[in-house]
Amino acid sequence: MNSEFLILMKQEMGVTLILFILLFLKIWDGIKENGILLHLINVLLLLNFLLGFVLNQNGELFNGMFATNSLRVMEKSVLNLGTLIISLQAYDYLKSHKHLLEFFMLLLSTLLGMFFMISSNNLLMFYLGIELSSIPLAAMANFDMDKIKSSEAAVKMILSSAFASALMLFGISFLYGTSGTLNFQELVSLITGSPLQVFALLLVFSGFAFKLSAVPFHLWTADVYEGAPVAVTSYLSVISKAAIVFVTLSSLAPLFSHLNEMWYHLLFVTIILTITLGNIFAIRQDNIKRFLAFSSISQVGFILLGISSGTATGATSAIYFLVVYIFSNLGAFGVIALLSSQTGKENISDLKGFYQTNPLMGWVLAISLFSLGGIPPTAGFFGKMFLVTAGAAKGNYVLITIAALNMVISLYYYLRVVKAIFMDKNETPVEPLRGSLSLRLALLICMIGVVGTGFAGGFFEHIYQLAAK
Amino acid sequence: MSSLNIVLIPLLPLAVFLLLGLFGRKYLSKFAGVIATFSVAVAAFLSLSTAYSYFFITGKTEGVYQKLEVMKFTWLQFAPNISIDMGMLIDPISVMMLVVVTFVSLMVHVFSLGYMKGEARYATYYAYLGLFTFSMLGLVLSTNIFQIYMFWELVGVSSFLLIGYYFEKPSAVAASKKAFIVTRFADLGFLIGILILGFNAETLDFGTLIQRLTDPTSTYLQGSVASSFLGISSLTWGLVMVFLGGAGKSAMFPFHIWLPDAMEGPTPVSALIHAATMVVAGVYLVARLFPVFSFDVAALDVVTYVGAFSAILAAVIACTQTDIKRVLAYSTMSQIGYMMFSLGVSRYGGEHGLGYMASMFHLFTHAFFKSLLFLGAGAVIHMVHSNEMSDMGGLRKSMPITHITFLIACLAIAGVPPFAGFFSKEEILLAAFHSNKLIYVLALFTSGLTAFYMFRLYFSIFWSKETQHTTDAHHDEHDHGEGTLSMKIPLIILGICAISSGFVPIASWITSDGLPLETHIDMAFSVAPVALGLGGILLALFLYKKANPRPDTIATSMGGFYRAAHRKFYMDELYLFITKKIIIKLVGRPAAWIDKNIVDGFMNFIAAVTALFSELIKGLQSGKLQQYAAYYFAGVLCFVLLFIYLWH
Repeated sequence: MNSEFLILMKQEMGVTLILFILLFLKIWDGIKENGILLHLINVLLLLNFLLGFVLNQNGELFNGMFATNSLRVMEKSVLNLGTLIISLQAYDYLKSHKHLLEFFMLLLSTLLGMFFMISSNNLLMFYLGIELSSIPLAAMANFDMDKIKSSEAAVKMILSSAFASALMLFGISFLYGTSGTLNFQELVSLITGSPLQVFALLLVFSGFAFKLSAVPFHLWTADVYEGAPVAVTSYLSVISKAAIVFVTLSSLAPLFSHLNEMWYHLLFVTIILTITLGNIFAIRQDNIKRFLAFSSISQVGFILLGISSGTATGATSAIYFLVVYIFSNLGAFGVIALLSSQTGKENISDLKGFYQTNPLMGWVLAISLFSLGGIPPTAGFFGKMFLVTAGAAKGNYVLITIAALNMVISLYYYLRVVKAIFMDKNETPVEPLRGSLSLRLALLICMIGVVGTGFAGGFFEHIYQLAAK
Repeated sequence: MSSLNIVLIPLLPLAVFLLLGLFGRKYLSKFAGVIATFSVAVAAFLSLSTAYSYFFITGKTEGVYQKLEVMKFTWLQFAPNISIDMGMLIDPISVMMLVVVTFVSLMVHVFSLGYMKGEARYATYYAYLGLFTFSMLGLVLSTNIFQIYMFWELVGVSSFLLIGYYFEKPSAVAASKKAFIVTRFADLGFLIGILILGFNAETLDFGTLIQRLTDPTSTYLQGSVASSFLGISSLTWGLVMVFLGGAGKSAMFPFHIWLPDAMEGPTPVSALIHAATMVVAGVYLVARLFPVFSFDVAALDVVTYVGAFSAILAAVIACTQTDIKRVLAYSTMSQIGYMMFSLGVSRYGGEHGLGYMASMFHLFTHAFFKSLLFLGAGAVIHMVHSNEMSDMGGLRKSMPITHITFLIACLAIAGVPPFAGFFSKEEILLAAFHSNKLIYVLALFTSGLTAFYMFRLYFSIFWSKETQHTTDAHHDEHDHGEGTLSMKIPLIILGICAISSGFVPIASWITSDGLPLETHIDMAFSVAPVALGLGGILLALFLYKKANPRPDTIATSMGGFYRAAHRKFYMDELYLFITKKIIIKLVGRPAAWIDKNIVDGFMNFIAAVTALFSELIKGLQSGKLQQYAAYYFAGVLCFVLLFIYLWH
């Protein structure tokens, strides 16, 4: 029993262990050098990531509250990898920060919450996970303590999450009231589609949509992304989105299995709104974090498009796209983090002539944006292609046409940034940036991912094998 | 024909791209041109040897040219029954394209050695050329529709880079963006077409797809014909959408607006991209799927009429342009229109496939004389430092080689026997004559116009103002003569090709069904086009050989029509009108108005209601969080209304 317990919860255990190590480091206060601490943390995170590749086993714990299988382990590994990259990128930002250890404690708490959420097999467990993963995030948004915008972001985040959680909890209680169980498997057969249950499901769905920043539940996103430190913004836009998508795939979608048609139409409306509005707003932004925030809203719409197909191919495409998305978005955010931490500049117009002074960083940013825009041969192209193809399997050409049109629109604004980097003239371009070794390593990983994932043919198939089970 | 050779052909330019792209600027800037030229020369040699062994040794089985898959591996198993493969397909058209692409690319590489000498980003230029050549070869060799799409996009990216090569010039940046965005919109059609065809045939592989959608007994074909949208079968939709993608790359009406602007790129690039390779990708795509197209007359009709209309429209516009590269650009569009409608009037198999053969034949010959024209124009621009006809004239003495080769190319495109264009154009006209008289008349008229505007160009450059340039040439300090040897050699070689390529027996090699086709030149039939062509040349001689006021008089007497043609029939203005006026005014403004007055107003209203509740915590808030909350609740409410009360 004991060893099985450890094996099934290995990743959760890993994160908890690191949390405790950090806590003791804080109390002990023996290492004064932030740089050493950061390297130590990165090594721990790397070990935690590697944990996903050993001793895989399927099983349930705590009377079916907690369930895991190789797909879920893989999903958690993806989150671990993303966290590791973000931590590497945050080196320059955190090196001089007083509360470095708190930052990681909060970060890892949210990661732990996400792990529980992904492995939850019970609505209660799921709710605990989602709360654990969102409350510390608000504190992290406030990590630029002397900036008023950062505080604003934190307050907005915590309050809007409270609305969403309240409604979701409301929905969950209705589900419990009508079915008498919180277990996912039991719920699936007990959901018959009575108006009250549909109402409850819509409330739960809106909670998910809020976390995903799907339109019309997206309003908090831009303000929070803009105000929060870049490291937190990238965490919010990549890791927490990915976690919610994983849960949607494994838990939320099955709940709707008796209400197939409604689920599809619900997604249909959400997808069209999300992709289109996200794009329209992204076009107008000048602050690059706001710009990425709105473009990420639009990307979420594409992920939902893959999910809407309801097949294993769709699920695979969504997971595949998320992996690619992590690499490409973090590639972009890494450069922005460097720019922001060294010059304080965060506008697209500041990037004019960026290539003249920072050729390498210019390329990294451009390639990441190409991938986000879905231009071959970057992996983003394959990701989008799979999502759209999976979505097309339903034969709904209206949806596909709108999605494809939006792909072209998004290309326009991504190219606008690329144009600023390479082609626009600027008398005073930003001075050459000097990134730390950690940051360079993180960007290297991202670039390998962006270029390599598309060509590593077996990867998609590997996910498919896991998802089809 | 070993498969290693064929694999090497696209990989060599790729290697050049990687090498020069990574190290070119720092270490290899002096040798970049030589390295790139050498590797493309090897690729061209390998292509020729592949063509030789395919057409004469290994290609035929029982008299029919086969489709050979040299290499193929499953790259992504997308769904249980759909996989994406990577491979190389060798069949008559891909072998022909291999030769055309590598050969013209080689000529351009050699020409650029002199033309681009002294450019600051010399190595980058060759790196881009390598990338372009690689992607074009990949496109040509693709075995499935997804693979072709990938390379299709890559071709778009590399041409974007090449057109925008002089990125200090705002017009070049604007042109490269325009080319990219316009073709992207067309590619959108292509993507949808791929999805529709793939969805119906449940495969992306060309061979299987063609087999499934051409067999009348197959359920795939019946299914895709039976299902329809807006009264048109999904097969037709799929094919028309794919054609749309082709029309974008091939600058067919109404997607042609990017091509003239794309002349902002270096001139050798225009010779490569806008004469011989990328712009014929659309023709190639239709030819690749031709068996499926031939089953669907409606889709073929679209191809025919779009092609014919583009041919004549471009010819009329070309008569009025004064920038020599723009004349050539419109001439390219016109000739590609020829290839397109020739495919459109064709049917599958035997005699019916004459148009297919003619189209491929014209593609082949056109590649040589049009790239020759562009390179010749490059040499002229190199000397005169201007694109405008009015700055030229009387250059025949100072540039003898350019003059002679340019004349050959003009005769070839005008369809004067025995130059290359004559043969291929004859076949196209014959095919049109047998299937659609209207198209035949249009094509004949276009052919006369072609001769006229090409010789207008020729006389304006090399004759016209006699005295000025011949004397200037001796005294002008800045004059650097006709250019280096490396610029002359490609002109001479291409000149020879423009004379001789008409004698290549394409008819017995490249046909719709792989069987040799009996063709013959009918003297009586040739009288009309040749006479019209000569008439056009004589008219140009009369008007432009010596500077005189006659052209202006005619232009004035044509009045509105001339102005309209000179302004390219206001196509650019139309696009601007649609985007600026209609979309922004009719869609954007009302949307902004709704956003400002109704959405905001509604939000304010809800906010006013929630203000009561939010009063308590107002002190804590910054910004308009209460509105966000209102929005959130409103969203939930809308979903509830929509799905519980309306939908149930």
